[in-house]
Amino acid sequence: MIALRRPRMSRLAWHEARSGLLFLSPWIIGFLAFTLIPIVATLIFTFLNIKLNQDVPLRFVGFDNYLALFGDSQVWDSLLVTLKFAAISLPVAVVLPFAVALLLNSRSLRGSSLFRVLFFMPYTVPFVAGVLIWAQMLNSDSGWINGLLGVVGIQGPDWLNDQGWVYPGLVIIGIWGIGGGIIVNQAGLRGIPTELYDAARIDGAGWWGQLRHVTLPMMSPVIFYTLVLAVVEVLQYFLVPLVLNQGTGEPGGSTRFFNLYLYQTFFSYQDMSYGATLAWLLFIITLAFTGILFWSARFWVYYAGEGSSS
Amino acid sequence: MSVAAQRPIPALPLQKTQTHRRRSLRETRNSFLVTFFSVLVIAAFLSPLLRSFALSFQTPEQISQVDAPLWPASPLTFQYQGREFPVYKVTINGVTKEMALVKKGRTESQLVDPANPGAGQITWQGAWRTLQPALTFDPTFDNYTDVWRLLNYPRLLFNTAAIALIGLIGTVVSCTLVAYGFARFRFPGRSFLFLILISTIFLPAAVTLIPTYTIFVKLGWVGTWLPLLVPTFFANAYDVFLLRQYLLTIPREMDEAAAIDGAGPLRTLISVIVPQAWPVIIAVAIFHLVYSWNDFFAPLIYLSTKPELQTLAVGLAQFSANRSAQEPGLIQAGTLLTLIVPVILFLIFQRVFMRGVVITGVEK
Repeated sequence: MIALRRPRMSRLAWHEARSGLLFLSPWIIGFLAFTLIPIVATLIFTFLNIKLNQDVPLRFVGFDNYLALFGDSQVWDSLLVTLKFAAISLPVAVVLPFAVALLLNSRSLRGSSLFRVLFFMPYTVPFVAGVLIWAQMLNSDSGWINGLLGVVGIQGPDWLNDQGWVYPGLVIIGIWGIGGGIIVNQAGLRGIPTELYDAARIDGAGWWGQLRHVTLPMMSPVIFYTLVLAVVEVLQYFLVPLVLNQGTGEPGGSTRFFNLYLYQTFFSYQDMSYGATLAWLLFIITLAFTGILFWSARFWVYYAGEGSSS
Repeated sequence: MSVAAQRPIPALPLQKTQTHRRRSLRETRNSFLVTFFSVLVIAAFLSPLLRSFALSFQTPEQISQVDAPLWPASPLTFQYQGREFPVYKVTINGVTKEMALVKKGRTESQLVDPANPGAGQITWQGAWRTLQPALTFDPTFDNYTDVWRLLNYPRLLFNTAAIALIGLIGTVVSCTLVAYGFARFRFPGRSFLFLILISTIFLPAAVTLIPTYTIFVKLGWVGTWLPLLVPTFFANAYDVFLLRQYLLTIPREMDEAAAIDGAGPLRTLISVIVPQAWPVIIAVAIFHLVYSWNDFFAPLIYLSTKPELQTLAVGLAQFSANRSAQEPGLIQAGTLLTLIVPVILFLIFQRVFMRGVVITGVEK
């Protein structure tokens, strides 16, 4: 802002800057009102003792809310639930769109644009509808998945009511969301210069060799991007089990995700300060994970044109 | 294919045709296998929709039948001498016919041929319990008419559409203005502000929710549409990014010509930029419609006290929670009525829609 008053800036440039900021103003105001000020307010709440359902005098409590995290087993249990689910869902969220994009980009596939539309379509299905449709498919008696398993002689599990099977079940419910990832991966695949494949073939690389030495390195920025988004998303995961069992955490607390605990702390127990502390914990965890990913990118993400490859 | 075509042509014509034939044979086989595999995968991927569709036309009795088929089926019956008798598939002399079972017996039963009841009763040797019942295609539309009423569908449809359309206006107007600011004006801190804009995509929603919700409560906005609508007028990162990327591709000559003619920046935006940016504006509009239609959490928390103002997604979730699993047909009918609008919108605008996903996803 100080830069604006520097004499170097011509009248014309100043005019341009003023117009630009004027056009940006809806976003700047919105960012302050709905993002920056709320984040700071959330941080301030974490040092106070605001509980909406109790009339206690407002007090500065220092780090009490943060210290309470350590003694709260629900925090660690729900974080563990989230991490367990992430361990199963992240590989699927990254590999499946990539694999489908490979299939769609295959020169042997006829009618690939029709397949593309069909693979993307469920992405536009409202997620509540998707959950209810897949819950039906996963029903242990009448669902088609267990029906199909039964045909090959396997007794299918009671997916959504079994503590051991509920995470794979939730991953299956989520697969209608891969459409966006497919499109992004496919665009990435199309951007790989064909000369690279020609060169690899001349060097004697087969299908696997080309995938390993051309496709994967060239796709690493896209894979990195899908991975970062998937990590941010999975840390906030809780809406599907919320729709399935109204936040009860069934079966046996295995769907009591961290974000569910956070929202219940605020909406059910009306504990604003502790809820805010949980929110900041989630924020810090998200920053830590994405930070690690960005740090690790230098070892495995290959940006063409920057000259440095692994 | 283009790669093969660019290959240098071998010197001997004979050799050329042979390798060519062999390759095209292999290519045909490969393309058959890959396409066949893809058909299997997409069939599995979309089969839940088919399942949901079939269930939505079935009564609870049809669904709970033993060995119920996948389509809406009811046991066939036949009126004979004023009474109703079940019809079974019976094999007589190697021919399977549908016969009404008039008198059940453990070792022999009396049958009547529905096609020729005048022929009278036929005695059939065998245990009737081993027979398969004959089924008839018998879809019911009750699930749709019931869910229409029970879900208060017309009201929720109106709410969902109104929220989506008002938010669409807010999103398109605010994001176009902001994207124009980022794409066409130079000012200090522009790239820093743009970086902040993009980083909001990665921000967990929980970290802003508690104060925002509290303020909306204090303003008396909870239980109204305002918390869902007002923020749309202040732009969002995805759509600003999408619009900006497109605006950057529009040549500046025409804006400059307009500026020379004395048009101010806003006038230039409306009369020069917007007419050239329709494809991306439509993409943003469709994105917002689908996003808003499918949004669950915001209407859940801001409209939970006002069922008459609620949207379809939340209404459907609550409807299914209250009815548990006894009436899958009813729930699937409601589900299909909820997804039909965004899916049709997507199918109409699929090109625009998927190109938008590519821009926001790849170019960042």
